[in-house]
Amino acid sequence: MESGIFFTDYRADMALRRKPAQQVRLGLFIALLLIFPFVASPYGLTLANQIGIATIGAIGLNILVGYTGQISLGQGAFMAVGAYTSGILAARLGVPFWLSIPIACLVTAGVGVIFGLPSLRLKGLYLAMATLAAQEIVEWVITHWTSLTGGTEALVVPAPTLLGARVNTDFRFYWIILLAAGFTALFTANLFRSRVGRAFVAIRDQDIAAEVIGVNIFFYKLLAFATSSFFVGLAGALTAHYRSIISWERFTIEVSILYLAMIIIGGLGTINGSFFGAAFMILLPAFINNVGRTLRDVAPLVATLLPAVQQGVFGAVLIFFLIVEPEGLAKLWRNIKDYFYVWPFSY
Amino acid sequence: MDRFLQLTVTGLSNGMIYALVALGFVIIYKSSDVINFAQGDLLLFGAYLAFAFVAQFGFHWTLGVVLTLVAAVVIGVIIESLVLRPLIGEPVISMIMVTIGLSSVLRAIVNAIWGPRPQSFPSFIPTQDIYIGSAVVGADRLIAIGVALAFLVVFTLFFRFTREGIAMRAIADDQQAALSMGISIKRVFALAWGIAAAAAAVGGIILANIVGVSGDISMLGLRVFPVVILGGLDSIPGAIIGGAIIGLLEAYTGGYVGQGLNLIVPFVVLVLVLMVRPYGLFGKEIIERV
Repeated sequence: MESGIFFTDYRADMALRRKPAQQVRLGLFIALLLIFPFVASPYGLTLANQIGIATIGAIGLNILVGYTGQISLGQGAFMAVGAYTSGILAARLGVPFWLSIPIACLVTAGVGVIFGLPSLRLKGLYLAMATLAAQEIVEWVITHWTSLTGGTEALVVPAPTLLGARVNTDFRFYWIILLAAGFTALFTANLFRSRVGRAFVAIRDQDIAAEVIGVNIFFYKLLAFATSSFFVGLAGALTAHYRSIISWERFTIEVSILYLAMIIIGGLGTINGSFFGAAFMILLPAFINNVGRTLRDVAPLVATLLPAVQQGVFGAVLIFFLIVEPEGLAKLWRNIKDYFYVWPFSY
Repeated sequence: MDRFLQLTVTGLSNGMIYALVALGFVIIYKSSDVINFAQGDLLLFGAYLAFAFVAQFGFHWTLGVVLTLVAAVVIGVIIESLVLRPLIGEPVISMIMVTIGLSSVLRAIVNAIWGPRPQSFPSFIPTQDIYIGSAVVGADRLIAIGVALAFLVVFTLFFRFTREGIAMRAIADDQQAALSMGISIKRVFALAWGIAAAAAAVGGIILANIVGVSGDISMLGLRVFPVVILGGLDSIPGAIIGGAIIGLLEAYTGGYVGQGLNLIVPFVVLVLVLMVRPYGLFGKEIIERV
């Protein structure tokens, strides 16, 4: 019977998955992901794809907010940059999507660096304000630069083709999103085992101390903005191709708030938390919708109240987690695992 | 010249409405260091409460306004004790997110009770046009300017001379020192939220009178951030002057440049102010640099 984790060599200590139980769980999870599209209903697949894209965006935001401690209200704007770049490249110039998506990611990373510049002087509240301004400015540029983005009209993105097959169904898209999400998660997990990632965390925990021990704050903060925006841009670009129609209304400040809620409810500074949060925030409205639809026949009043209920539940859940479990679902998951791991010695 | 005068009058009156909203931010920030993203929704709530008391229950408007203010204070105190108090001392992001959650809940309540359709506000504030030289301005806008200036005087005096006002400033300055001098943080925070909610309700009533009662009112909450940052987050005169500057800037760019640029100019100003002078025109200079 074990009552804790003890390593006898560095190799085991530095492994990404340190316990056999973790490897088993990961194997089961991957198997589930691979089997899922074959057994799921079309509606289930749609939800899964949305969760996948949201997970990428949430991990991206978490790199910046959860790991580096820089508050950003500009998530929606960065997603918009990724979506419009990839969308315009594909729709106007006919760039294949395997090329347009990486370009979109890089462009978003560049825009992220520009709007990260204020972070060199600002932090906390003031940085939140600066990124809020970024959000408003990008939104304005999209709606007014009509010749490039089509302004307030929707931009139609052709379905991507891969290996001669048109990727236009949820089933086919699932694999692309799965690949992208897997890459994002793996990259991020390894990033925070590296020198760069540890510098990010040092800046979050105590920026002055980080500077003193030789972390170049100027460089690493911008790098954090770039890395984060890269993945946020990826999420945006995938949204563009997945939805095949994009309009600026999909990337408002509400989106920024939704993603912040995801990583807070999931758990700041954790990768599995980003996934939990994304899944939670996608499934919760869908669940409420379904309940509302079933109840509609019984009580017609429910249908009119539904939007209010959605909004109210969103806010209430956010407040509840902040007060009761600020470390989010990831912490709950860890508590459950620890409970079984050290059982019956719960201390 | 006529056009300039007209734009100036419009801009100033818009700016004073911004200032009314900004005052609520400043009062809460000044005492508890919380930036309240739900300020716009308190505005909305106040407007709908007044709408309910005057238009739906048919009270005389004086009684309706008094009841609205009382209800707003109660709501402010409840919000503080239920939501904000458990989070005292938590990181900034938690504070920001909890007020965002709050804003969502408040909007949902308004939506559930009064529905999403805009309503016309009972007009007890005179709205006839008044001519200043060759410029036209609604009487309700002049009243907005008057109320904002009155608030400025009242709150400046309040923070300078009353016991509660001084206690608020003490807590903002140094929580521990204030605590050890026997100031009750709980009471002061509750008071701050009560006052802020009441100020928001007044702003909501005036605004609703101009634009009608609808969910759009709460959007003003976000649009006012440039004002508070420009004026300084903890400065009451800053809120008023910042409001005037932003209001004028919007009116001039809207009138002379167009292109919807007036919507974005405040945020450009916001970024510039943050880069050059993050504590704003009148704020206290306590920006920490790395």
